[in-house]
Amino acid sequence: MKHKLTALAVCALASVASNLALAQAPIKIGFMAELSGPQGALGQDQYDAFMLVVEQNGGKLGGVPVQVLREDSQLKPEVAVQIVDKLIEKEKVPIITGVTFSNVMMAVHKKVTEKEVFLIGSNAGPSPIAGVSCSPFYFSTSWENGQQAEVVGKYARDQKMSKVITIAPNYQAGRDFVNGFRRWYTTPTTGELWPAVNQPDFSSEIAQIQAASPTAVFAFLPGGMGVNFVKQWSQAGLKNKIVLMTASTTDGIGLPAMGDAALGVISGTFWGPDFKNAANQKFVKDFEAKYKRIPSQYAAQAYDSAQLLDGAIRAVKGNVGDKAAFRKALKSAPFKSVRGDFAFGNNHFPVQSFHAFKAVRDKQNRMTLETIDTPLVKVVDGYADKCPIKG
Amino acid sequence: MSATLIISQLLNGLQLGVLLFLMAAGLTLVFGIMNFVNLAHGSLYMIGAYIAAALVGQGVPFVFAGVGAMLGAAALGFVLERTALAKLYARDHLYQVLATFGLILFFNEVVRYFWGASAVYMDVPAGLNGTLTFMGINYPFFRFVIIAVGLGVGLALYLIIHKTRLGMLIRAGASNADMVGVLGVNIKLLNTAVFALGAGLAGLAGFMAGPILSVQPGMGEPVLILTLVVIVTGGIGSIRGAFLGAIIIGVVDTMGRTFLPIIFGWFLEQGLAQAAGPAVASMLIYLLMAVVLALRPQGLFPVKHG
Repeated sequence: MKHKLTALAVCALASVASNLALAQAPIKIGFMAELSGPQGALGQDQYDAFMLVVEQNGGKLGGVPVQVLREDSQLKPEVAVQIVDKLIEKEKVPIITGVTFSNVMMAVHKKVTEKEVFLIGSNAGPSPIAGVSCSPFYFSTSWENGQQAEVVGKYARDQKMSKVITIAPNYQAGRDFVNGFRRWYTTPTTGELWPAVNQPDFSSEIAQIQAASPTAVFAFLPGGMGVNFVKQWSQAGLKNKIVLMTASTTDGIGLPAMGDAALGVISGTFWGPDFKNAANQKFVKDFEAKYKRIPSQYAAQAYDSAQLLDGAIRAVKGNVGDKAAFRKALKSAPFKSVRGDFAFGNNHFPVQSFHAFKAVRDKQNRMTLETIDTPLVKVVDGYADKCPIKG
Repeated sequence: MSATLIISQLLNGLQLGVLLFLMAAGLTLVFGIMNFVNLAHGSLYMIGAYIAAALVGQGVPFVFAGVGAMLGAAALGFVLERTALAKLYARDHLYQVLATFGLILFFNEVVRYFWGASAVYMDVPAGLNGTLTFMGINYPFFRFVIIAVGLGVGLALYLIIHKTRLGMLIRAGASNADMVGVLGVNIKLLNTAVFALGAGLAGLAGFMAGPILSVQPGMGEPVLILTLVVIVTGGIGSIRGAFLGAIIIGVVDTMGRTFLPIIFGWFLEQGLAQAAGPAVASMLIYLLMAVVLALRPQGLFPVKHG
């Protein structure tokens, strides 16, 4: 009798345990970004903002527990490919998100989406995946690469800048950004400067700009190059003489390191920390409280990606295995974006407005961005019509 | 192509050159005397910049921050040499390259751990900010300061190497380290002193570069590559070679980047010149190094023996 009772108790316990296990089987989400090395700051902002949402929801998205697998792709496409293999084959994740750099995105996009794993990109937006190579399993909460330059081009055109010199590193993205700038700014440029990638000193280029004395300069110098250029620009005494307009250069990551040198520099993108909508005010307040810094646009993009997943997982009641239903839920964008209105186009890139910003100091004397204009209202990126997915 | 543009680019080249010289002086001595390939020299430069940025951020006067950066980098060089690198002097170059490459990764992660992956703020102090009008051109005052400090260090090194006993030992060590040891000189101590001196100069270079470049993990690598080009072109082990090599590389690089695209534009149609000019300009110093290696493998200004 005693044995029987024990056996019964063990059975009961086991069934309770297995019920618990069923109820709590978390959805695994692979988060892959550049998290180490000189490029690590962008990925860190993406990760911090994504985890902010997960932690605020008590480890859940859409009311379902999630397990976020953090992976560092080290800005190496071959490492990224190994990571997604592991995430898909071994961990069986239904969702991968993050991805910081375009070359990493190009390396993994086809592999992930062909396996019918959902890829929610929160930064890199190379034009092929917005156009001919678009996939029904890919969703972006950022932009197509060229758009951040297009908005600056439109701004320069609206402001009737007469003499503009462009400067960008001599590689594919540099050429893409300058072409994006020229899509709206159709006046022939006065000069083009193509420094080497990761060139530390721009004194030679700045001297050439001084000699040509244009009304404005358009610069695409991401990461450390931008910090170097803006500091040297200010030291050369050009700050209040020539308008400096940038894309992906004077962003939330670089501004603190530039300090006063960046004051007054114009830039363009889809979001700024001063946006007045309720979702954004909550995001900026919570992010600053937790991480003690102003969120960058990369944080905003990843915050939106977590909110998108939260809404879509809730819509399918945690059943992400029903891929058609989950895709439909993602497509409907059931969340409040920090950028205000949010909708996906046919290629699953946002249809959104782009704004112009000016670098200023805020009330606490920190460097930040202030919205000054909205040159592009609710635009579709230039490659969406090449994407075969319709509707 | 105006005269003022040429003059300002010459100044830019000179300024880049003296910064490279501060790096090259230490690297070439370590290479020449210990026959040691130290890829982590760029990390010492980075550490110097970080120490300076941290001190300036704490309100320490600029000059003292510079002294702190130099001493900090020298102390780190001393510890590194004694604990890790001295054991590798007798080994093959491959071991040295692997070990010091590992140190690059290590130090990049160390600064990322303490200061974060984003660039750290450091600006020119108010007293050294602004521009100076020189021969009709506006030139940042701080860059004049860099040129002056670099030339001053060059002169000081020249005096140390040619007029002091330490310098005599260093010269002797560069020619034949074993013989110097046999003659009863504490070659181990000499090695450590030379290494720490080089590290201190790299720290000084990092401090001088901090206000004009972004202080961030990995900032040492692009400079290290240029420095290697300098010492190979100038002649390994030779301070004179490092100095003249650095000035030549600085000026050729700067002038090439400015004027090659313009010169190409005279002969080629616009689109082609825009593509080819910057590409060739970024290769120019490597082409120069290749030509020097082919015609004068010992470098342009090698150590004079005997």
